[in-house]
Amino acid sequence: MSQPESAVADAQAGGRSGEPLAKLAERYGLRRAIARPRFPVYVRQLWERRHFILTYATSRNVSKYSNSALGQLWQVLTPLLNAAIYFLMFGLILGGSKNIDNYPAFLLTGMFVFTYTQRTVTAGAKSISGNLSLIRALHFPRASLPLAYTIQELQQLAISMGVLLVLVVVTGEWPTWFWLMIPVVLLLQTLFNIGAGLVIARLGSSMRDLNQLLPFITRTWLYASGVFFSIQDKVVGAAHLPQWVANVMYLNPAASYIEWMRDILIKTYHPENGHNPPMMVFVSCVFWAVFALGFGFWYFWRAEERYGRG
Amino acid sequence: MAELTKELSQVKGQEPAVPGEVVPKADAPNKDVRVHPNPAPAGKRPLDVPTGTPTVIVDDLHIVYRVYGAASDNEKGNAVNALTRLVKRQGRPQMREVHAVKGVSFVSYHGDAIGVVGRNGSGKSTLLRAIAGLLPPHAGAVYTDGQPSLLGVNAALMRELTGERNIVLGCYAMGMTPSEVREKYQEIVDFSGIDEFVQLPMSTYSSGMGARLRFAISSAKTHDVLLIDEALATGDREFRKKSEERIKQIRESAGTVFLVAHDLRVIEETCNRVIWLHKGKIKMDGDPKEVLAAYNKG
Repeated sequence: MSQPESAVADAQAGGRSGEPLAKLAERYGLRRAIARPRFPVYVRQLWERRHFILTYATSRNVSKYSNSALGQLWQVLTPLLNAAIYFLMFGLILGGSKNIDNYPAFLLTGMFVFTYTQRTVTAGAKSISGNLSLIRALHFPRASLPLAYTIQELQQLAISMGVLLVLVVVTGEWPTWFWLMIPVVLLLQTLFNIGAGLVIARLGSSMRDLNQLLPFITRTWLYASGVFFSIQDKVVGAAHLPQWVANVMYLNPAASYIEWMRDILIKTYHPENGHNPPMMVFVSCVFWAVFALGFGFWYFWRAEERYGRG
Repeated sequence: MAELTKELSQVKGQEPAVPGEVVPKADAPNKDVRVHPNPAPAGKRPLDVPTGTPTVIVDDLHIVYRVYGAASDNEKGNAVNALTRLVKRQGRPQMREVHAVKGVSFVSYHGDAIGVVGRNGSGKSTLLRAIAGLLPPHAGAVYTDGQPSLLGVNAALMRELTGERNIVLGCYAMGMTPSEVREKYQEIVDFSGIDEFVQLPMSTYSSGMGARLRFAISSAKTHDVLLIDEALATGDREFRKKSEERIKQIRESAGTVFLVAHDLRVIEETCNRVIWLHKGKIKMDGDPKEVLAAYNKG
């Protein structure tokens, strides 16, 4: 099949003495449209987009409840209702409260901390695949999207954390100096969530089936993280497994952040009451935060120019 | 994680082996696509084109899209077929590749306003996205001077939010700084002419108002190379005048404008060169009058 018109275009394009187009581009200093920036440049570009990331996260949060009659009140109602259901289910019906002092506080802390990570991961998986039109329309470092999703969850967490603190006080815990550590734990958890969100965003962009699979993965994760039971009591006390099994389970990032938060919020967990959380819980919290953040950015950046393709 | 990635890449590597593949591989030489220069003197370059420095060079560009959930009849996604494919390791089910742009080459220069015409599905929007660097080329290359931007802030906007919030969001999405946003805000509101509606959610706007606001936001930023996809199709007569005026301004400020529109009148009035795409290939390229006349006939 011949196409004379296309040939005309070619002739015009390479008009000057039939010079190849690549050469012409080079002569005028034109660059290829698609190129992945070096990693430090990428991080700087991301920083320059911080206003977009923040505004995007806030906008998503505002628009989320804009169609409901109660509006932004749902930001508080949702965690409250969740807390009520968890307590009804695990505290009263299943009776998991044996051997654990102040079980409501124990359960709610675990649930709220775990939900933050779970929601970030679930949202992160859709952050690229659900925004293809945006990716195909505008230029920005693609990591902005998973980051914005994490920040959106962080904004929600700020509200549910307030709810949690009120509930914990209602169950009989009183604020102590330990509470000053809460932001530290949340910061570390947020860093971990950002990293996890970036990794899952890249996986979700190429694996279509991840979204179907994710609920099962997060549920397994929930059961393994000791949200409604104490890992130490169940694994070593009840199942008579060796101590190292419990230790390994505490290395799970979600379990570590939950454990540390319980240490802070619940009095019977405090050191002066004879409870000494394993040192490695703290090490694990810091390690996961640093490792996930570093690896997540690197792993996400490696595929930067391919997002939006499929 | 490492194993997983490796496995993924293996699966990826096998993707082109999906049976019933409609797309020729790009590395297989496409003799019918790449036509070598052949001095047939149809359509000459318009005289008013400043043949100065090139801004965009498109060199034998191929774009292949992956489409999911569009399997042909004999490989529809029932469970048995899906399992068979998995066992035989034949890659992703229900995936087809669409060869949207097949070997397009041209050069645009400073001050060009290029209209792109063609039927639905002829690859116009895909070509624009590839020039903007938003779709990776399957083969060939796009060379550009600076960063071409698509006039397409739509995807960043949220219907549930007020026009006010959307202006800020859209400006940030295009990469403006807070001071630029403050500076441009009133200008955008004035240009769009939506007045007090700016306080209401965009979902309450008429389609014309929405289009006006979107055009006002996306044209608020100065671009070297601007790609416009059907932005002028909506809006009333007065607004169309205003947007044509703005496109002229952008052209004069040493830029290049690409315009995709179904309304041929708009193209005739704004462009000094027209590219006619047909099934992913350039069918004609040249003076608007000649190309549009041929396009209307064919």
